[in-house]
Amino acid sequence: MYKWLLSWRYLKSRYIALASVISVMLGVATLIVVNSVMAGFSAEMHDRLHGILSDVVLRSHNLDGFPDPNWHMEEIRKQVGNDLEGMTAAIQVPAMVSFSHNGQWVTRPISLVGIDKETYGSVSEFSEFLLHPENREKLTFLLREEGYGKGKKVSFPTSGWKRRRVQAEYEQAVIKHQTGAEQFDSGIASPDGFDPTQLDPPEDVSRGETVADDADLPPLPPLPELDIQSDQIETNSVVDGINSVPFQQPLDSIEFDPMTEQHIGIVLGISICSIRGRDESGEVQDYYLCLPGDDVKITFPNSGQPPKAVSDTFTVVDFYESEMSEYDSSFAFVPIERLQHLRGMIDAQSGVGSVTSIQIKLKEGADLAVVRDKLQARFPVHQFGYQISTWRDLQGPLLSAVQMETTILNILLFLIIAVAGFGILATFFMIVVEKTRDVGVLKSLGASDGGVMRIFLGYGLALGIVGSGIGMAMGLAFVANINEIASWIEWLTGQEVFDPTIYYFSEIPVIVKPITVLFVVLGAVAIAVGASVLPARKAARLKPVEALRYE
Amino acid sequence: MSSASRLDSFSEFDAPETRTQSNDQHPRLASSPVLMQSQAVVKSYRKGKIEIPVLHGIDFEVREQEMVSIVGASGSGKSTLLHLLGTLDSPDEGEIYFEGNRIDNLPAASREILRNQYFGMIFQFYHLLPELTTLENVLMPVMIQYPFMKYLGKRRALKKRAKELLEMMGLSHRLRHKPKELSGGEMQRVAIARALISEPRLLLADEPTGNLDRDAGMEILDILRTLNDQHNLTIVMVTHDLAIAEMTDRTVRLAEGLVTSV
Repeated sequence: MYKWLLSWRYLKSRYIALASVISVMLGVATLIVVNSVMAGFSAEMHDRLHGILSDVVLRSHNLDGFPDPNWHMEEIRKQVGNDLEGMTAAIQVPAMVSFSHNGQWVTRPISLVGIDKETYGSVSEFSEFLLHPENREKLTFLLREEGYGKGKKVSFPTSGWKRRRVQAEYEQAVIKHQTGAEQFDSGIASPDGFDPTQLDPPEDVSRGETVADDADLPPLPPLPELDIQSDQIETNSVVDGINSVPFQQPLDSIEFDPMTEQHIGIVLGISICSIRGRDESGEVQDYYLCLPGDDVKITFPNSGQPPKAVSDTFTVVDFYESEMSEYDSSFAFVPIERLQHLRGMIDAQSGVGSVTSIQIKLKEGADLAVVRDKLQARFPVHQFGYQISTWRDLQGPLLSAVQMETTILNILLFLIIAVAGFGILATFFMIVVEKTRDVGVLKSLGASDGGVMRIFLGYGLALGIVGSGIGMAMGLAFVANINEIASWIEWLTGQEVFDPTIYYFSEIPVIVKPITVLFVVLGAVAIAVGASVLPARKAARLKPVEALRYE
Repeated sequence: MSSASRLDSFSEFDAPETRTQSNDQHPRLASSPVLMQSQAVVKSYRKGKIEIPVLHGIDFEVREQEMVSIVGASGSGKSTLLHLLGTLDSPDEGEIYFEGNRIDNLPAASREILRNQYFGMIFQFYHLLPELTTLENVLMPVMIQYPFMKYLGKRRALKKRAKELLEMMGLSHRLRHKPKELSGGEMQRVAIARALISEPRLLLADEPTGNLDRDAGMEILDILRTLNDQHNLTIVMVTHDLAIAEMTDRTVRLAEGLVTSV
């Protein structure tokens, strides 16, 4: 009884000890904030990564893929059994995208994925990341009238058919104007009569033919000199885009009318053709080099030996925004049948196309590693040469880096609390010295060594509880208002705390895990009690006579 | 009206049946049994490597219901003897008996019980706990005696008793005061109430008036006298004030670690 009473009274009357607890408090608050933010980031990242990647992926090492995906899927179904939730076959090849921006052709490397639009959304959250709400419901690879980016915070530029028609109208007007001018100027054309600025990109409507193959070149504008120059067109086809305008079509073309027709659809990663920057007022803004409704050219290897480059024109029908820059800046999705056809992956006899990967989604709670091992056993490497991995395997280095960061931060911050523990130790020694006489009195009244010791241990416990309690409250309050605090610090220092151009999150994500908070608080209390053990023992071992004589 | 008269009304301190009810002191004392006894007690202190002898073989006894004073110059060892009697320290040689049982070699737990329930102690500097109120200070020995739950169960009775003791000491208006708000005499009266709460068999007083002015000192002595006279409490008091020593039944004189006269 007296132990608790005295612990409590010491706590209330010794403010110096409370000061020593401030470090415990700050340590606890920092630990909670750091853990919450790290957990928030890592959960967000897990979500994103897992959303993009399916649970288990079976990939061929060969770009040509493996034939008969249906047989593979049947085998996988047999192996995985009830845990299977969804499965899709896909092709992934390196490719290049070219699109025109302000009269300049922009070419970028991408990773082209041929997907089955019916099943691809069932293995990952692919559909969630599309910009058009109806495409999120069901992807059709058809251009929508408008309504892209509905529900986004920042307004999205006009896209879809609306944009395509305006664009096409404008370009036709430009061509009409240029053709008229050309006819007028033909007398002063260059000596050999070739003027690359007048030429259309021949690939514009050449669907699925190699660059070198000019057999299906579209009819060119009826320029008088053109016939003589057909060889040069081919050799200059690399530079012919310099001044050409997208969607420039022959006026007399009856095959393709960009006002009403589209090419095969493609879904582009949003960062492939957008630049994130700041406007004058410092607001984060995306600038788009091309938008849904525009046409792009994709060049990729076919499945021949050695592979040759194949090009085709696609119409951008949507953007893909997973908010993981790595993916947003590299992935483009096209219908798998089209890609199989263009790459020559369809078996002439059976008519079945090859694929390069099968992506598998498992039911909630299934053990990914077990499924991977089962599949590994069914498709041994030496026989099939497939790489079978879970999404964690694929992102292993990144995930473990985050995990390690969290661990190291925790260790460092716990060291801070340990430092606080030494503060308590020193303060407690002082308090024991100050209380020497009281210890003597208590012993002369019959208190045992253990009882005296427990007074000081109880005191340490009380300090730990108070310190970590206030620290916990502070930490949780900080976490709850972290974005307000970040913007306040921004305002105060002029330094951006959280730069959305780097992170793709508009806010700092936080997750408070009760178990972490509990461990932090218990750890801090344990350190406070631990630090009071030595002083408490010193107090308990005081000889009553000497303690009483102490003045 | 002194504190002593208030003591008369305090019934719980009636002596046990074994004690005689006679107020005729000296014949009573001669016949009453020995309560505490020391035999050839030797004690020395170490200061670094030098051994300082304090007690050279003390034979001393206290009979039941006796009020004995121990006098002597500073350094004569009188406080040390009191500490040895109160089991706060152990003698180097010799033996100490309480009610016929040897107590100087008891294990720590038994000595704690002795200090807690059989001896009451008061000191020159009162030694109240500064963080606690008057009432809490008085209750401290019973808080130590009883485990938490048992104390809670008895709390009302114990508090009532503590309040009665403080009333007896004329301090009922000071229950919630901290020691630093009290005068020296008041603090010593609180200390006496604290010493009495567990109904001790023996009160050990170490210079109880040493830090008080004459009036306050006399008041304390009155209380002790009354406790001895009317409640038959055995008291051993260390003092250097011969005037005060004369008010006790018997005086033991210590000089250089030896009893010089009884």
